[in-house]
This record gives sequence, C-alpha cells and structure tokens, in this order.
Amino acid sequence: MSATGHGIERFALTPARRRKDRLARACILTATVVALIPLALIVYYLLSKGLGSWSWSFFTTDPTGNTFFAKESIGGIKSAILGTIEIVALAAALAVPIGVGVAVWLVEYGRSSRFAHTVRFFVDVLTGVPSIMFGLFVYIVLIAGTGSSYAAYKGSFALALLMLPVVTRSAEVVLLLVPGALRESALALGAPRWRTIARIVLPTALPGLVTGILLAIARAAGETAPLLFTAAATFRTSFSLSGFMNSLPVQIYNDVTSPTTAVVNRAWGAALTLVSMILLLNLFARLVARRSRLG
Amino acid sequence: MSPAESRIDPAGLPAPDMLEPKPANASQSAPHDGDAGEPTGLLAPAGLTVTLQRLKAFYGEVEQVKGIDLQFRSGEVTAIIGPSGCGKSTMVRCINRMHEEVPGARAEGRVLLDDLDVYDPSIDVVAVRRAIGMVFQKPNPFPTMSVFDNVAAGLRLSTRKAGDLQHRVESALRGAGLWEEVKDRLSEPGAGLSGGQQQRLCIARSLAVEPEAILMDEPCSALDPIATLKIEELIDQLKRRVTIVIVTHNMQQAARVADRTAFMLDGELIEVGPTEKIFTNPEDSRTEEYVTGKFG
Repeated sequence: MSATGHGIERFALTPARRRKDRLARACILTATVVALIPLALIVYYLLSKGLGSWSWSFFTTDPTGNTFFAKESIGGIKSAILGTIEIVALAAALAVPIGVGVAVWLVEYGRSSRFAHTVRFFVDVLTGVPSIMFGLFVYIVLIAGTGSSYAAYKGSFALALLMLPVVTRSAEVVLLLVPGALRESALALGAPRWRTIARIVLPTALPGLVTGILLAIARAAGETAPLLFTAAATFRTSFSLSGFMNSLPVQIYNDVTSPTTAVVNRAWGAALTLVSMILLLNLFARLVARRSRLG
Repeated sequence: MSPAESRIDPAGLPAPDMLEPKPANASQSAPHDGDAGEPTGLLAPAGLTVTLQRLKAFYGEVEQVKGIDLQFRSGEVTAIIGPSGCGKSTMVRCINRMHEEVPGARAEGRVLLDDLDVYDPSIDVVAVRRAIGMVFQKPNPFPTMSVFDNVAAGLRLSTRKAGDLQHRVESALRGAGLWEEVKDRLSEPGAGLSGGQQQRLCIARSLAVEPEAILMDEPCSALDPIATLKIEELIDQLKRRVTIVIVTHNMQQAARVADRTAFMLDGELIEVGPTEKIFTNPEDSRTEEYVTGKFG
C-alpha cells in the first residue's frame, strides 16, 4: 500500500489543493470582516454623533427638562451618569457574591448531583429571560405588590436578577478551569476545604471571575427595560437609593424619542458616555486583575 | 506494632500534635507519651509507621485495590512498583484519605498511623493530611503565590497558628535542598522556577507542615535525569526524618532509593521485601517477570 518510489510527487502541492486553501481562507476572512462591519459602524456613529454634544457642562449639569425653548439650556447628563453608577454598583454588590457563591457550590460541592443539575438548568433558563421580565417581576413584587413607589434600589434588584445567571455561569466555567491538582495539593497539605476554596481556588480563578463579572456589569449597565418601571427617571442627581433615580439607558430612551434635535444629540452623547464608561471599567479591571496576579 | 517508633522531630521543632488522641485510643497511644522531649530522638528514626490492613479501594463499583496488607516502616523508603492501572496511586491516596476526594470513591479496611486508624470516625481528616505530606506527579506550585508563599501555604492554610513563618519556610527550603537556589528570589512567582525546582518547592511545601510521612506519587516522572537525581538524593536525606512511600514506574529509581520495594499487580500486593531481594531474587514468578521487563 505504501506509495514509495514516486519521488517528490508524493508530497507535491497540487493546484486543486492550493485553490481549496485560498477559497477557505477567503471565506474565513470574509466572515471576519462582515462581523466587524456593524461594530465599526456603531463606533463610527457613536463618535460622529455623540462627540459633538460632549462638553464640560454636559457632564456637570443635570438635564433641565426644557425641550422646547431653544434659547434655554437642555442641561447635561450628570444625574444619569451618577444614577447608572449607583444603581449598577448596588446590583453588582447583590449579584456578584450570590452568583460566585452559587458557582462555588456547583463546582466544589454540588458537582453532578441531581440538585446541581436542577440549579444549572434554572440558571440557564434565567439567562434566556428577556430583561423586561425582570423589570416586570420587580414591579409586581416590590411596587404594585406593596403599593409603594418607584425606587433606585428596586431597579438594582431587577438588574441584579439579570446579572445573576451571567455571573454564575461564567464563574462556574472559570472555576472548572482551575486544575484539580491545585485543590488536591492544598487538601493534602491539611487545608480545610473552605480555605482551599478561599485561598487557592478563588485567587487562581480571579482574572476569569473578574472578566465574567465585567460582562455582567456591562450588560446590566446598558439595560433600559428593567429600570423603566422600577427606578423610573428624574432630572435631578440623587444619592438616595430609595428615591427615583435617573440612569443613562433611561435618559437615552427618553431623549431619543424627542422631536428636538438638541435633545436627540444629547442621547447620542449619553450613549457614547455609556460605552466609554464600560470600556474604562474593563480596562481598569483588567489592570487590577493583572497586578493582583503574579507572573 | 514495633515498639520503638519515636515521633521526635530531629530538627528539635515541636512534633505536630496531630490526631488529638481520643479517649478510646488513649490506652493504645500510651507508649508514645514517654517519648516526648527525649534527646535520643536525634538518632532514632523519626516518622510514623504506616500499616495497611485489608485495604480495599473502590471507584463506584470497581474494586481498584483488592485487600492489601502492607507496612511502611519509619526511617525507610518503600517503593511501590507495578504496571499502569494496578492501583499503586489509589492505594497511596488511601493513606492520607485523598482517595475519597474523587466523587464516588471509597475505601474499606484499616490504615494505621503507628496505631491510630485514619478511617476511625473520630479522626479529623485534616489532621491526618497534615501528618502525611503528599507530592504529586506533576509539580504544582500554587500559581498565584511567590516561592515564599508557596512554602508557607501549608502553614497559612491550616487553621493552626503558624509560629515563626520566616524560620520555618527557610528550614523547609533547606530541607528540600532548594534554599541556596531560591534564597534571593523568594518573592518571585513559584511557577517561574524550573520543573525540578518546582517539584522540590512542592516537597518543601509539604515539609513545612512537618509531616511524619510523605507520599510521593511518581514525583520524578515529569523531570529530566538531573532533576530526578536531585530529588532522589533528597529522598535519601529525608528518610531519616520522615517515613517515605514512593510510587514509581522507574525500576532503576526504585532500586536506587528504596530500602524496601512492594510489587503490585491488578490491585493486589504480589510481593514485598528488601529492594535488593525483589530485584535479584524475587519469590514470585510474576515479580520476576515484571522486574526483568517481560511485561508491564
């Protein structure tokens, strides 16, 4: 069977082979370019339309509510920026410990038990729930159900619910990547299991955990629907999580439907701000994760 | 049980009070009480005698270790040889109860440290593992930690007070023959060392907890010959302080380092005896076939 004696032809690159290679490469390249087009367009439009409304006062004044009188200022987006930071920070403070905790249980304790499979199934279901459902759920339970008013912390609850499955699933994947040998050597040193998790498993997984948490934060920071009827909107900057609070997505949502060009432009400026904030957060967290890790 | 085991650490450090003797065991462990503080400990072999009695290990329904009786004596190196999958590693992992960390795995029978059964329900598994160190096949320093922190890890991870960390890390590194090589890079990542250094770092890490026995599961299989030689020299020095059990695929290695050698096949102990006898004049024909390379 072995084709000896044919010399170099046996290893020769045939024209047909070469054509197939070129075709395959072209297909992959095309797919990459096509995928990049929307991304490039989004960045282009954000910059071209949003950058124009950026100014010092854009970031330092609250919206005034004026949309009709061209001579008067429409204000900036200070309350929306601070509101988004407050609401998302509280949401992350709720979702991250619980999500990471669930993931630790799934990986370190539940493993392939029946209950663990059930938990995984419902976490996956939760991932697929449209974000407006979380808003409605919180609205029904905490606002309509109790007969109370909109509040920023209720918006945070809705966002936390939205973040929870993202944090849990990404943390689970990352924790599974931590080599079992590290757990074993810690246990074999006489470390109790909880210390093995706290001192070895979690620090080793930290960069991956941070990435997953950031994905969740980025997703939550851009959500409008869960905030519309939980945190509502207001013009003034607020530091009270129990009152109405403005946020960037809701401000964008309200502004972009305005008939006044200046207000629509403010929506573009706010959108650019939101994207930039998430980008900065990403860069910052990557830097922290890199520094906290040796090697 | 042989009566003369001493549990004095030759370095003069306090012997870890592992396995806090329970009332039920108090009379059995009485012989050791007289040992405390005797200066003769410097010469007497330290380390625990580990005795397996009818030890069986299972993965689910599969019986991987089929009832083994075997003794690892203090002051000696015992090598376990045998073909892949014969249950060497599983047996060794039963000694410090790491076997049960595998989902679905369980063990039967008794494993005695001197005369305390580690499978006794009153025994704290964490204390057992502190008394019996383990070195794995692949060097696995903790990747987020420096050289120093790696060695200190066992002390910090255990719930007991660590005492003078600096001193204990240095003596563990000296004990592992690594101090001269790393004393200027203690704050560098442990994963940055060479493979052989990493494995000696792992040995230092387990020495720092001051175990009385060390289980080595093919510790040199990922190392080059020079690094292997260093580990073997180290084993020779350590055996005065701790009982050593080494699983190896390398029969030359068993011949070089072990005082006694045990040959396993299909989950059973075929033969155990002085290393020289196992390699030159074994009693069982299967042992002879294995050590002469006819199978395995």
